[in-house]
Amino acid sequence: MKAKHQRLILALVALCGVAGAGVLAASALRDEAAYFRTPVEVQGGKAAVGEAMRLGGMVAKGSIERQADGLTIRFVATDGKASVPVEYKGIVPDLFGEESGMVADGRMRADGTFVADRILAKHDERYMPPQMGEMPKNMKAPATT
Amino acid sequence: MIAELGLALLWIAAALACLSLVAGTLFLRGGSKDLAALVRPASVAQGVLTAAAFGLLIALFVRSDMSVELVARNSNSLKPMIFKIAGTWGNHEGSMLLWLMILSLSGGLIAIFEKRLREDTLVATLAAQAALSLGFFAFLLFSSNPFRRLPVAPPDGQGLNPLLQDIGLAFHPPTLYVGYVGLSVAFSFAVGALITREIGPAFARAMRPWVLGSWIFLTLGITAGSYWAYYELGWGGWWFWDPVENVSLVPWLAGAALLHSVAVTATRNALRAWTVMLAVIGFSMSMVGTFIVRSGLLTSVHSFAVDPERGTFLLVLMAIYIGGALTLFALRAGAVAEGKKFALLSREGSLVINNLLLTTILALVLLGTLYPIVAEAMGEKISVGPPYYNKVAGPLALILCLVMVAGPLLSWRKDDGKRLWSRLPLAIFAGAVVLFGLVLFGGKVGILPLLGMTVAGVVAVASLAPLWGRNLRRTPLPTWGMVVAHFGVAVCLAGMGAESAFIKERLVAAAPGEVIRIGNFSVKFAGVKPVAGPNYTAIEGTLVATTSSGSSFTMKPEARTFPGLMGTAPTETNEAALLTRPGGQLYAVLGQPVASDDGRADRYQIRLWWKPLVWWIWLGGALIAIGAALSLLGRAQLLAIWRARRARKLQERFAP
Repeated sequence: MKAKHQRLILALVALCGVAGAGVLAASALRDEAAYFRTPVEVQGGKAAVGEAMRLGGMVAKGSIERQADGLTIRFVATDGKASVPVEYKGIVPDLFGEESGMVADGRMRADGTFVADRILAKHDERYMPPQMGEMPKNMKAPATT
Repeated sequence: MIAELGLALLWIAAALACLSLVAGTLFLRGGSKDLAALVRPASVAQGVLTAAAFGLLIALFVRSDMSVELVARNSNSLKPMIFKIAGTWGNHEGSMLLWLMILSLSGGLIAIFEKRLREDTLVATLAAQAALSLGFFAFLLFSSNPFRRLPVAPPDGQGLNPLLQDIGLAFHPPTLYVGYVGLSVAFSFAVGALITREIGPAFARAMRPWVLGSWIFLTLGITAGSYWAYYELGWGGWWFWDPVENVSLVPWLAGAALLHSVAVTATRNALRAWTVMLAVIGFSMSMVGTFIVRSGLLTSVHSFAVDPERGTFLLVLMAIYIGGALTLFALRAGAVAEGKKFALLSREGSLVINNLLLTTILALVLLGTLYPIVAEAMGEKISVGPPYYNKVAGPLALILCLVMVAGPLLSWRKDDGKRLWSRLPLAIFAGAVVLFGLVLFGGKVGILPLLGMTVAGVVAVASLAPLWGRNLRRTPLPTWGMVVAHFGVAVCLAGMGAESAFIKERLVAAAPGEVIRIGNFSVKFAGVKPVAGPNYTAIEGTLVATTSSGSSFTMKPEARTFPGLMGTAPTETNEAALLTRPGGQLYAVLGQPVASDDGRADRYQIRLWWKPLVWWIWLGGALIAIGAALSLLGRAQLLAIWRARRARKLQERFAP
């Protein structure tokens, strides 16, 4: 009787714990999971301003501009259909370059620029971020003005 | 010849695993004792042969035998010797052979050293271990043969991924694997005990040293991996909540929970079903991790070549083993359910809460890791990053630490709380001092780091409480182990909190001669010069860091370029420079040159971090491992055996 009682209480405590953890996890996932977006999705209005997200695309040809401070760069990320201007302050990965793939963590600013906190580039031909595998092979970079 | 011999050894070892499994099963189904007598030697031989095969693979890498595909793809004759050896496991096939070798050697070690288990349980355990290794033998031989020859040997190999060309490769994978795969012993013990229905204190006491052993290595492997990523990636972080890190943390959490629940089963014969369940979960999580990393579901420096066939193979293996163990558990649940009673305020009670929290954290980390994979299958691409994990795991881990304060001060079965209340005030006082100190002098500190450092203060004092009023020379080793490990948690937590709260970062484009101020340092950028390594070229920056007290240190971060070998593209890596001081570490990364328009000297991007107490994180990890090792020494009664032997020798010497 007593043992059963005790096990029942334990089971209830465990159940409450699991339920609580589930609620915690669900809300945290809803708030904190960052969507992976392509430029065409961003232009389609899928990216809210200020929301953490990941942007994947190609660095458009001739679009990289280094700012005078020597640290900030601006470039255009494109997926062949649409393009998004990106701003990043920091040391870019070694393999970052024009007409190569990149994935950036960051958020959209109200002026339509994506502000990146971190940029990942294709590491080398043997190791690359999975999202890049899905980008069209011979993606044409649109001319930038 | 070496490659063929290695392959032959693997086949013989696989046949021996088959023999152990069949003989063990027949014996358990009422076969003769002779069958049982076969299992021990077969397990030992299987371990020895697999280890020999691994040794032969190392020999192939050392000799740079490019007729072997694996060597040609992953090595190069110009590579320094240490990386030729370590490169053996810096690839998919080689690391799977390492995994299998540890699995087989674990079986061999059980066969040699385990004397406390009942004979039939031991045979069942060894048979379970053989069944596990059989599956992985099949995986290796049919889909990941490390000894495959090339029809035509290339003149030289493609080399190792430069990121892996670091001394860390020599230590991190083997230690992590020993821990990861060592959990298979607990899994097999659980399966063995379920088969023979021998689940009780004797079984728990026999299993405990094995769990402790693998957990020590897992702790060391994770700690070493964290430090390696910290200085090698040049991102300055010590934990990224990367899926690959998470799948090593998940078995560690299961192991930590198992260590504590097995203590309850061994001492009090309670929580029996739960202990068995955790033993099954631990290695299951190791397999899930291997599957996630090696199936190509996610890509990182750990995933090597992606091959869907291998993923499917691993998935099937995992389903058979985990499904089989859980089915067996369900069938036997009736036989193990009843355990001894205890009050909620007792050592057992606190350990139950410890287990609930650890498994909840485990589930939440696993959820965060798997969620993107599931979401992607449903057409939505999502990444789950540090904010999620900090939000869900952070608070739970802090509560866990508070339970850790109370647990060791409670007695088994039932406690009136007197000892707890008499010793708690000092710990709470320590926490309060930290809290007020931080609030008054710390400036703006985030809530999680603030609580983290406060709890670290409480835990640091409380972890020593079990030693108060004790004769330290007579305190048993496992108690020392617990104290050291719990104190290590406090040290680790303090390091994490201080680093996140007080980190300082400077990112500048500096011309030679420029001085950068960060924290208490003024760092002068002296310039750059080209240097040549054994198989790379590099630009080396020279930074002279001067502290406020006037002592100065030179730091040399590098940007390295590895030439493309045999048709692969060249790779560039950043070698950060670290300056370790009592108060923390200064971390320097050399970025790209910045050409200026007005013809001034080229500037270079330099990133500096001052990370207060950051090395406490790894010190804490090491203390946790040392604590577990002390406990293992006590539990395995190695010291007692050694003392008895010495006493006997002394007696013999003084005997006439």
